Amino acid sequence: MRYGYYPGCALHGSAREFDLSIKECCQTLGIELVEVPDWNCCGASAAHEVSEELSLALPLRVLSQAEGYNMNTIMAPCAACYSRLKRAGIKVARDPAVVSRINELIGQEYKGGVAVKHLIEVLKENQTTLESTVVRPLEGLKVACYYGCLLVRPPEVADFDDAENPVTMDEIVRTLGAEPVGWSHKTECCGASFSFSKPDIAARLVGDILEAALQAEADVIAVACPLCHANLDMRQAAAARKLHKKYSIPILYISQLIGLAQGKDRRLLGLDKHVVSPDNALQSLKAPSR
Amino acid sequence: LVYLLNRESIHSFRNLIKHLSDEDVSRCYQCGKCTAGCPVAVDMDISPNQVMRLVQINHRDRVLGSSTIWLCLSCETCTTRCPEGIDIAKVMDTLRKVSVAEGYRAPERTITEFNRAFLDSVERHGRLNELEFALRYNLALRQPFKDMAMGLNLLRKGKMNLFGENIAGRSQLKGIFNRSKRFIKGRDR
Repeated sequence: MRYGYYPGCALHGSAREFDLSIKECCQTLGIELVEVPDWNCCGASAAHEVSEELSLALPLRVLSQAEGYNMNTIMAPCAACYSRLKRAGIKVARDPAVVSRINELIGQEYKGGVAVKHLIEVLKENQTTLESTVVRPLEGLKVACYYGCLLVRPPEVADFDDAENPVTMDEIVRTLGAEPVGWSHKTECCGASFSFSKPDIAARLVGDILEAALQAEADVIAVACPLCHANLDMRQAAAARKLHKKYSIPILYISQLIGLAQGKDRRLLGLDKHVVSPDNALQSLKAPSR
Repeated sequence: LVYLLNRESIHSFRNLIKHLSDEDVSRCYQCGKCTAGCPVAVDMDISPNQVMRLVQINHRDRVLGSSTIWLCLSCETCTTRCPEGIDIAKVMDTLRKVSVAEGYRAPERTITEFNRAFLDSVERHGRLNELEFALRYNLALRQPFKDMAMGLNLLRKGKMNLFGENIAGRSQLKGIFNRSKRFIKGRDR
């Protein structure tokens, strides 16, 4: 299977380990990723808060670039990129007047032939293959799967899972031999967009999520979004200060968990790149059986 | 009285929002689900369901000058749960843009500066340069050393792209930024 790959800005910077681990585990799964040529930023929240046209033109330039290189499906690993790209595609399909205006803005034509999928949606479709690549089951590891906001909402856009009780990541985690825990904060917003601009609010939301994961006795939290990761991993100290507590819950990308179960080296998966080290949580895992 | 109630002007705010967002807030019957599920409702000066009501009854100033429209995280919980199918997050997004268009001073300056620094960087390079963005944001708010420890940590972990990336289609992107309107052309007033 071949996909156009849209890493998004964070995966070339602060979320480098997400990019590394996706490429590692997709290679083993036989999923070929070809980066969208000369891709640009999707505009994220900043664009849609400021200009409606910009919030459509930026993602549509990406889709148009992909279309120009005959890519029919783009895989985006960031929940925000996924949401912006997919929404823009839906808008274009429903509103022909918008297409002509945006094509005029970007100066190249987008015909509407590119589908947008999130990483975990692609993984779900390849679950049988995934199962066959597991050589080191993550037995005994309790994982709280955190979906956050735009990965599952609104349901008209993120339509591959349930908006209130999503299970895609839980099923992947179970396939890896680990135990997904039931918990209350799967889809509560972590406030990542306020990590800089409203740090007190972000710290409170992060603290709530960490508390819930602790109550469910999770060893690690699994995420599938670079913004959730940055906020939950790097703002743990701020959240702890606010609640007069100490937290050290490792936040792992779902692709890192897959890579571990596929028997890959921890450094190749960028497991040394987190603020909260996962070493203690992962030390009980067995060596690869191959 | 009937004449007064039927006059267009008392619905002008609601109609404006409907025109710009395709969302009819008259459908709101104040069940309060949006506020109950909102992760930042406690931080807001008026709650999301109050915003819906105030738009219905034409209270432009209360809404357009509120902190609420800027504190909305666009997490889409309200939109997902609204029993009347109102895309409340989209209404909030529209209200932000109307507020700027009508010259209201945003009470949440850190959020508007964040957006500005973010988009400036994307306009220049085509992709976000995280370091440049963080520095510009901190300078704009005169807090140059905020999050410096985090920055150094990223650097040490090899997760900071010091020089950023520039796309080939930068002039194309510049054109998109220059020509883009606040609302889709033909819909703006």
